[in-house]
Amino acid sequence: MSLSTQDVAKVAVLARLRLSPQELETFTGQLNAIVDYVAQLQEPDTNGVEPLAHGVEVRNVFRDDVRGEALPREAALTNAPKRNKESFLVPAVLD
Amino acid sequence: MNADLLKDATATSLLAKLEAGEVTSEEVVRGYLDRADALKRLNVFVHLDPEAVLAQAKAVDVDRKAGRPVGALAGVPVAIKDVLCVNGEPTTCGSRMLKNFRPPYDATVIAKLKKAGAILFGKTNMDEFAMGSSTENSAYGPTLNPWDEERIPGGSSGGSAAAVAADLAPLSLGSDTGGSIRQPAAVCGIVGLKPTYGRVSRYGLIAFASSLDQIGPFTHDLADAALLMKVISGHDDRDATSVDDAVPDYSATLDEKPKSLRIGVAREFFGEGLDPEVEAAVREAIRVYEKAGATIQEVSLPNSKYGVPAYYIVAPAECSSNLSRYDGTIFGHRAEDWSPKYPGEEELHPLVRMMMASRAEGFGAEVKRRIMLGTFALSAGYADQYYNQALKVRRLIRNDFDAAFKDVDVILGPTSPSAAFKLGERTANPLAMYLSDIYTITANLAGIPGLSIPCGLTKSGLPIGLQLLAPAFAEENLLRTARVFERETDWHQKRPTIG
Repeated sequence: MSLSTQDVAKVAVLARLRLSPQELETFTGQLNAIVDYVAQLQEPDTNGVEPLAHGVEVRNVFRDDVRGEALPREAALTNAPKRNKESFLVPAVLD
Repeated sequence: MNADLLKDATATSLLAKLEAGEVTSEEVVRGYLDRADALKRLNVFVHLDPEAVLAQAKAVDVDRKAGRPVGALAGVPVAIKDVLCVNGEPTTCGSRMLKNFRPPYDATVIAKLKKAGAILFGKTNMDEFAMGSSTENSAYGPTLNPWDEERIPGGSSGGSAAAVAADLAPLSLGSDTGGSIRQPAAVCGIVGLKPTYGRVSRYGLIAFASSLDQIGPFTHDLADAALLMKVISGHDDRDATSVDDAVPDYSATLDEKPKSLRIGVAREFFGEGLDPEVEAAVREAIRVYEKAGATIQEVSLPNSKYGVPAYYIVAPAECSSNLSRYDGTIFGHRAEDWSPKYPGEEELHPLVRMMMASRAEGFGAEVKRRIMLGTFALSAGYADQYYNQALKVRRLIRNDFDAAFKDVDVILGPTSPSAAFKLGERTANPLAMYLSDIYTITANLAGIPGLSIPCGLTKSGLPIGLQLLAPAFAEENLLRTARVFERETDWHQKRPTIG
């Protein structure tokens, strides 16, 4: 298959990455080369093969539903790019 | 201070001197700090705070002098890949995105090192978010290989590998997602171990591809690898994929001969693209094992040729998800200006534009490439064709190993298809860079442990690595099998001449 710059632009919005028109061109070429390369994954017969998500298969792990220690608010806020005393600040979500 | 103190030092030799009272940790640390100063040009450390390091050393010296119990690594410096969270210390992951990030907690391995009395000796350079094979993708410039400063130290843990190779610390920690411990260990001429997935807690390891990432040690020799492995391994409630198995005392059994020494040589690891000098060194290693009484047997891993393509779907898919947390809101870089700039952007919500602009400024090209690839591979209409198919092929790769390990105890081969390549040589060609990990990647997909040890030098004096792979949780036998080779050769004692 071949990805157009429009396809890549759509993926960029899904991925929340702003790309300049020039980056869009470069990535389109590179992504097409990689997608062509990974096409060989279609070669082996995988009929009836269960997908393997983890090398060491683990079952779901449960713990007792008790409150543990939580990060204090000030520590949680300390790396915020923009904040006030008690919250993270972001551009208005609702108009 | 004794000028020879750090010459040919290992953690084991330093510990013996510390315990005998021949040196203090402060003296050891001052020696390494001087060396770090003299070798700044290698760009190994992205953060090194001499005062903090000296304070830790002095505290250990006080405890030791007072006869209080000290840990297994008391007073020994360990350099830390900058992908591991250290409470209150800069943790940048080689990225502009986390330039000002100071985590409010310790990674589990860091807590374990602190408990063992180790000195946290700086944060080492790396490919951004652990994506790369050369440490050239760092936002803080490349690290240079101590054996040849025009060459790469491998990646993504290139800083941690170069730290040990250049004697800037006797031990270091790295992380391995597709070979990022073993390949830099190979091209820097040291020991690097990727443990079984689940053996070492990933809590506090900044996630790249969660089903593949594993933390592991870089050392000069296997005694040091055994020592550091014991300290960092074990179950952790805070990592749901951490396995609740007893941790063997790797040091205690290292010198025992393996119960059986059946070595598999995978024919697929000796194909096209393998440098003849690397092949010759690995063939020589096979002869060393034969002489030591090993049974050598050819094994086949027919699906290993799909390792790189499967990895470049699975890893980007997981990375696109993990890195979605860098959106300019809770931590990390936020752009100053997100007003519409390119066609179509005026239709997007300001919050979306803020995230897009922040991520565009914070991430480098390789990270963007992988996020894009992963987002594509998981997107509606393509997930079955790419992601699910890659996971099925992953199962086939795992089945190959399971079948091979019925007949042999370890599988041997080259770690990397070539010795260290030149800086800049592969940066313009992502696919060529991806093939640097062709022999290491399958172990991550299968979750099994892999070890790289030095096994030779090229004619131009560059290190060559030998890779040994073992079944899940067979690290103890893996180390012992490697030790058989180490006893018969002196490659692990070679160090670069650098001053």
